[in-house]
Amino acid sequence: MSSTSDVTVGAAGARRQYAQRRHLRKWLEIGLFVLPAIVLFVVFVLSPVVRAVYYSGFRWDGLGPLTDWVGIGNYQQALGDPFFTGAVVHTLVILVLSLTVQQPVALALALALARNFRGRTFLRLVFFAPYVISEATIGVIWLLILQPHGPLDQTLQAIGLGFLVQLWLADRGLVLLTLFVVISWQYFGFSMILYLAGLTQIPLELTEAAAIDGARTRQMLRYITLPLLGPTIRIAFFLSAIGSLQVFGLIFIMTGGGPYHASDSMVTYMVEEGWTRTSLGYGAAMAVILGVIGLVFSLFYQRLVLRRDVAGAVTSFAG
Amino acid sequence: MILRRLAATLAIVTLVGACSSGATSSPSTAPASAAAGSPAPSSAASPAPSTAGKVTITWWNNANTDPGKTFNQTVVDEYMAAHPNVTIKISAMQNEDFKTKLPLALNSSTPPDIFASWGGGGLRQQVEAGKVKDLTADMASWANTINVGALGLWQVDGKQYGIPFTLGLVGFWYNKDFFTKAGVTTPPATWDDFLADVPKIKATGVAPISLGEKDAWTGAFWWEYLALRECGKDKMGAAVKNNSFEDPCFVKAGEDLKTLIDLKPFNDGFLGTPAQTGATSAAGLLANGKTSMELMGQWEPGVMGPLTPDGKGLGDKLGWFPFPTVSGGAGAITEGIGGGDGYAISVNAPPEALDFLKYYVSVDVMKRRGALNDGTLPTTIGAESSVTDPNLKDLLAKRSEATFVQLYLDQAFSAQVGQAINDAVAGQFSGSLKAAEVQAAVQAATKK
Repeated sequence: MSSTSDVTVGAAGARRQYAQRRHLRKWLEIGLFVLPAIVLFVVFVLSPVVRAVYYSGFRWDGLGPLTDWVGIGNYQQALGDPFFTGAVVHTLVILVLSLTVQQPVALALALALARNFRGRTFLRLVFFAPYVISEATIGVIWLLILQPHGPLDQTLQAIGLGFLVQLWLADRGLVLLTLFVVISWQYFGFSMILYLAGLTQIPLELTEAAAIDGARTRQMLRYITLPLLGPTIRIAFFLSAIGSLQVFGLIFIMTGGGPYHASDSMVTYMVEEGWTRTSLGYGAAMAVILGVIGLVFSLFYQRLVLRRDVAGAVTSFAG
Repeated sequence: MILRRLAATLAIVTLVGACSSGATSSPSTAPASAAAGSPAPSSAASPAPSTAGKVTITWWNNANTDPGKTFNQTVVDEYMAAHPNVTIKISAMQNEDFKTKLPLALNSSTPPDIFASWGGGGLRQQVEAGKVKDLTADMASWANTINVGALGLWQVDGKQYGIPFTLGLVGFWYNKDFFTKAGVTTPPATWDDFLADVPKIKATGVAPISLGEKDAWTGAFWWEYLALRECGKDKMGAAVKNNSFEDPCFVKAGEDLKTLIDLKPFNDGFLGTPAQTGATSAAGLLANGKTSMELMGQWEPGVMGPLTPDGKGLGDKLGWFPFPTVSGGAGAITEGIGGGDGYAISVNAPPEALDFLKYYVSVDVMKRRGALNDGTLPTTIGAESSVTDPNLKDLLAKRSEATFVQLYLDQAFSAQVGQAINDAVAGQFSGSLKAAEVQAAVQAATKK
């Protein structure tokens, strides 16, 4: 009796040991595979973020030791700085315009280019091309086009629209709109491609069935295409909004935030103050504020808008 | 083990990335302690001062275009031939690039041994952070070979922290043909004459003045010069020394500027015009005969040349005259706004770095530099005569007559204060700030 129970205990122990080993092995494997990603994330993402928060508590020119602790002084300075609040407003203006103008245009173009006609591949390529070119190149090209008496002004005059000529980049009231047009010109192609990809996912049977039932084009758009394109639209809006919050390159090259701060975005002003003026502590504080705005927006958007898209897609660990 | 090595590699990569191209040591020779985050005691770029062994010197400058770039390499080659144990590596960067990378590099464990410096507040910042070598004792025996006024701009609290090789004044570069066409036979000597000449030039259909206010330092020259003419050298010197721009003469400077701005004398869209990039920049417009004059430093002919199709700029048509005097102002025509270029040496650099600079600013080398007529106005005594360009010779004469040279305010102060001054003047050019508000903004910036 005793011997059999011993055996049972031994077998159970061995099984438990085996299970434990397997458990350990599983975690080791997970750890091994995840570790490089974690290391990269910690070194290149988390540690700079933590450092930025730390630096933002100092008045610091980037050269000497960190000695002048000012607490939340830099944040107070930012909120009381009319140029920073102006930069926040400019950024939000670009964000809103992107969502209300740029995205509908991209969607309309995608709907047009989803149809079957000669030359559609070529047109898709043309509309997408600006996205592939670097911001620096596009900035310089548009800078030249928009010069006073430059190609755009000459073209307008040649076709009898000379009265439309403006100081596109030198007029404080107009410069932000000009920049928005250039930004959109570069980025609408990316949203358009997203929408085109989304459109190909919509089963043809649905539109065919609707057509047989006598639905008009507008009804099909309203009741079939747009609802089924929902996830794509939500993602495209999200990417566009995040891109707007971070807008930098084109503005930095074309106006540097000028004339006299009329086109500062949050990031260009941060670079101007932080780097050019060597106020790294203040720059870090602005970076943190920008990060918080982006984070809050992302979280709310994920929670409120994107949740239904990801609800079924998350792999649960419990099973 | 693999992971630790990975982490160490990452740390090294980050460090090397931070040091950028200035790091002379390859990652494999980076000391292990650097990876752990503790300061490296030594590196390939800054060995213990010894003249026997091999020495590598890194030299960061902003001379990334010819003729300066080739000239520097030639001088380096000469020096290395005479000193076989010394290797000098030049990193020539675009100006803005240089200014972005230098603070990072100075904070790293492998700072450049020799780096471009414009003296003033920027140098003071670096000195106060303990990054720059005090050269006072080491160059005492030959300091008298350099123009003493120029040396002064590279001093902090009476100690020598840098060596100049060129120094010039800001003044008017103008198109002689356009002035003649407008009936302006002699360049204006007073502000009233200047204001009277502007409409005459404008009437010929050419914009009188080039301004590239996208780069705010260009407009700041106007305010600074008017302030110097209104306030005179004593008040200007005191204002910079005491960080106080309260005197009413600084408001008057802005009011004078307003009179000019109201004449609308500038190129169209000057608020969005860059200073020096491309044919439609302020310098490019002057070079290509689209505007008549520009208030700019001694480098202007060198900048204008490459912006024209034939690479020659305005050639013989280009003239120079000093900033006019303002009636009722305390300033004299012999006082100027100016500045120059020089080099500083980082605190742990080997002694060969200074020895090389001594050679660089020697009469022989500087005579050859001056003969390039690229806007370099040598500060080495005895080398000035090598400059043959008539405008630059004129400028050199004005420099030697000068009773007072105020370093451009954006260099005289720290970058933070300097840029705030430029920004305030930009506010006036854009019509956003009034004369009194500019003065108040400048005053507030210096009090920060």
